[in-house]
Amino acid sequence: MKVTINGQEVQLPEQVQTISGIRKHFNIEQALTIIEQNKKIVDKNKYDSQALSDGDRIEIVHFVGGG
Amino acid sequence: MLKIGNQTFESHFLLGTGKFPDFKIQKQAVEVSKANILTFALRRMNVFQPDQPNFLEMLDVDKYTLLPNTAGASTAEEAIRTAHLAKSSGLCDMVKVEIIGDARTLLPDPLETYKACEVLLEEGFIVLPYISDDLVLAKRLEVLGVHAVMPGVSPIGSGQGILNPTQLQLIIETINIPVIVDAGIGSPADAALAMSLGADGILLNTAVSGAKDPVKMANAMRLAIQAGRLGYEAGRIDKRENAVPSSPVEGLSVSE
Repeated sequence: MKVTINGQEVQLPEQVQTISGIRKHFNIEQALTIIEQNKKIVDKNKYDSQALSDGDRIEIVHFVGGG
Repeated sequence: MLKIGNQTFESHFLLGTGKFPDFKIQKQAVEVSKANILTFALRRMNVFQPDQPNFLEMLDVDKYTLLPNTAGASTAEEAIRTAHLAKSSGLCDMVKVEIIGDARTLLPDPLETYKACEVLLEEGFIVLPYISDDLVLAKRLEVLGVHAVMPGVSPIGSGQGILNPTQLQLIIETINIPVIVDAGIGSPADAALAMSLGADGILLNTAVSGAKDPVKMANAMRLAIQAGRLGYEAGRIDKRENAVPSSPVEGLSVSE
């Protein structure tokens, strides 16, 4: 399916169906991330069950240095 | 001791984590600063290049209180969204409300800041707004219930020091919640002056990260903040127009 991740359109492989799937696909499972799906923050405990749909807008953010 | 909400911190020094030359220097500077509170920003992750190191992941986060900022926001709505994202990490319930109202000076927008604070307080955040050195706004925010006010003393990153010490002093004398000087500190002398005027804390970033030797400067700032605080607690002498001798005027021996 096609989703938009951080403003960029991405064609995901068929096996990627959940938020956890995205984390695995991009190899960021160990990273401290905060994820929004269609402007709603996804609860960390629901990454495994949170299904993706075609056209979803996903934001993946993290903490960076700042003052 | 610095009390913010129901939390107490040993250090009066809050350190920003942006713009350090590298993570090794940054880690050393953070350690040497003995800061308890570190600020961070939230940004999109470059998922297409995931192997980039992340400073937060190198830190023992249990040792520090994280203070995410809402930098990049120009409206209350944007700041609130960033605060929600930060809190959902489960790592922090504090937020530095930073809503820029002018791109050239990076001065904060007082109306949007007030609006964001109102919402975030209702939602249970520990709210620390970055504001101009505006006494009346500080008073209004105190009444609203924010947990500290963080006035800038000159523009962010400018290192110009305290442009208006009288204004800062008025805020310190009037406001009963912590007053943390947030922007414009350039040198240890600036930090010491702010603390000796009675500020409860100093939040700085560029003055350390941009110094020739950030680790040494982190130590210098720590000492300056401590010295300023001690001086404030000790109570400085009043200024006088004329000289007053330090040695006794009686019993002067003269050769006659």
